[in-house]
Amino acid sequence: MVQLTTANRLASLRTAPGLRERLDLPRRVVFLAAVSMIGIVTLLLGFIAWQGIQLFVKDGVPVGQVFSATWQPDATSGPTNYGLLPFILGTIAVTALALLISTPLSVGLALFLSEVAPRWARAIVQPALEIFVGIPSVVWGWLGLTILVPFLHDTFRHDFVISLPVLGDVFRVPGFLTGFSWLAGALVLSIMILPTITSVSFDAFRAIPQELRTGSLALGTTRWQTIRHILIPAALPGVLTAIVLGMTRAAGEALAVQMVIGSQPVLPRAVTQPIETLTAAITLDMGNTVFGEPWQDALWTMSLVLLIISVASVVLVRLINKRRMAL
Amino acid sequence: MHATATYPEPVLRRVKVPAPIALLGAAEAPLDESTTKIATEHVSIRYGRFVAVRDVSLQIRERSIMALIGPSGSGKSTFLRCFNRMNDLIPGAKVEGQVCLDGENVTDPDVSVVELRRRVGMVFQRPNPFPMSIYENVAYGPRRRGMNGRRQLDELVETSLKRAALWDEVKDDLRRKSGLALSGGQQQRLCIARVLATEPEVILMDEPASALDPVSTLRIEELMRELRKAYTIVIVTHNMQQAARVSDVTAFFTMAEDRAGYLVEVGPTGRIFTRPTERLTEDYISGRFG
Repeated sequence: MVQLTTANRLASLRTAPGLRERLDLPRRVVFLAAVSMIGIVTLLLGFIAWQGIQLFVKDGVPVGQVFSATWQPDATSGPTNYGLLPFILGTIAVTALALLISTPLSVGLALFLSEVAPRWARAIVQPALEIFVGIPSVVWGWLGLTILVPFLHDTFRHDFVISLPVLGDVFRVPGFLTGFSWLAGALVLSIMILPTITSVSFDAFRAIPQELRTGSLALGTTRWQTIRHILIPAALPGVLTAIVLGMTRAAGEALAVQMVIGSQPVLPRAVTQPIETLTAAITLDMGNTVFGEPWQDALWTMSLVLLIISVASVVLVRLINKRRMAL
Repeated sequence: MHATATYPEPVLRRVKVPAPIALLGAAEAPLDESTTKIATEHVSIRYGRFVAVRDVSLQIRERSIMALIGPSGSGKSTFLRCFNRMNDLIPGAKVEGQVCLDGENVTDPDVSVVELRRRVGMVFQRPNPFPMSIYENVAYGPRRRGMNGRRQLDELVETSLKRAALWDEVKDDLRRKSGLALSGGQQQRLCIARVLATEPEVILMDEPASALDPVSTLRIEELMRELRKAYTIVIVTHNMQQAARVSDVTAFFTMAEDRAGYLVEVGPTGRIFTRPTERLTEDYISGRFG
């Protein structure tokens, strides 16, 4: 009896699978989507890389020149020099200062929302943050231009000096000339990246199992000790991911920064002085160049540098997350 | 025994505790030094308008094991959590009546919750080791109250792990192995060691073995019998055999029609399981409940 049933079942399995089963359309469709995505990204990366090296390949500019400090791309006004160092350092400087301002605020806000805030406060702040993200960058730039830049100029016009007897002036920051400056760019960026860092860090804190909180508190620790010794270490990979995401956004932002930074291709020396970033330079010079001329090729090289920065940060996020998985 | 001398005495309001009324267990399960460690007087606990526990008065003797049994929703866990004020963490939870630890009312707003929770430790249903080394898990509580001496900590970690019957299994990689890398039963014993390291007087256990396999469960139960010599233990359990095996006194909770939990009967475990005075208790322990 048993044997008979088994035989029957085997027989039914041996019938040839139907067309639909063999075709497996859904699997093919999603596979196609995945392949085309990979294809598009590869083409994009390849194109930018190709354009980015034209400055060296076609125009014969030595690679070392890119790391010099002089930007003189206009062949009509003397010998050219395509030094990208002011832009590279400018991007790093503005991004770093923006992160320095934004990170403590954002992580603090995330901690407040996750660990301290009553439910009603969270219900107000969270949608507010989402609205923050949705505000177009040109609006932030414009706000910076009309409020922040004049404010900086009017308030901190004079040099800031620390003088000591005998030693004389030990520290000097020149006052704002116009208000367009490294600091203005960093402030605008720090507000723009605040919601990103806050919400990703908030998720990291929320993802910590409640048992760790109650476990720590039940041992007779204070809420602050629990935050300091359990929650922050546990959320650290997530918070680092949040900071890297904020960094990527800050380094890639063009418009808002370009509106307030003053656009001077000089090495960053004081936060009160105008500088220039890679993205701002590309937006500004794009219209002045002709396709195929060395000036535009130099802009493509800038794009390539930006691409390398963003790829590096994606790799960084991956590495951080891998460590989190391993834990 | 207790390290209270090294910590500032908390500001606790003295409350007059009535003489132990009927220590039901005293006659059948004699214990040395049968003084009352915890006494609750008309304790009701509500979440918002919902009454989770209604009017529970009982006493727990020092160095004994009290088991709280009863069906789900009868408020045993909620009741357990009022001993170390873990209910404070739940928004809207409110405790009425008095919960006295050594005659001091712990529900008083003046009471230092941090100090209370050091004296009344807690082990949870699901083992919850911190994501750090075994050593750091045990040293966590003492470190947070300022113990930093390397030798002092080493010693405390060792004695705590030994008392929790975990030392021999983990002594070789205390500092390298994460607490999360242990098996479920080992994790739970690590959590017990972590509580012991804070030198508590009372240990609350909220279904400590319900997530463990039978062998690990047995080890935890043996451990409880051992710890009973020095600590007062209150355990919530769904497992009636477990209550019968480990506890000296059993309290049976059930819930009324309005879903409020209440205490039906409390007495020496032997009597509760053989000659319960209440019909409800008898139905529950004989499996006729609901």
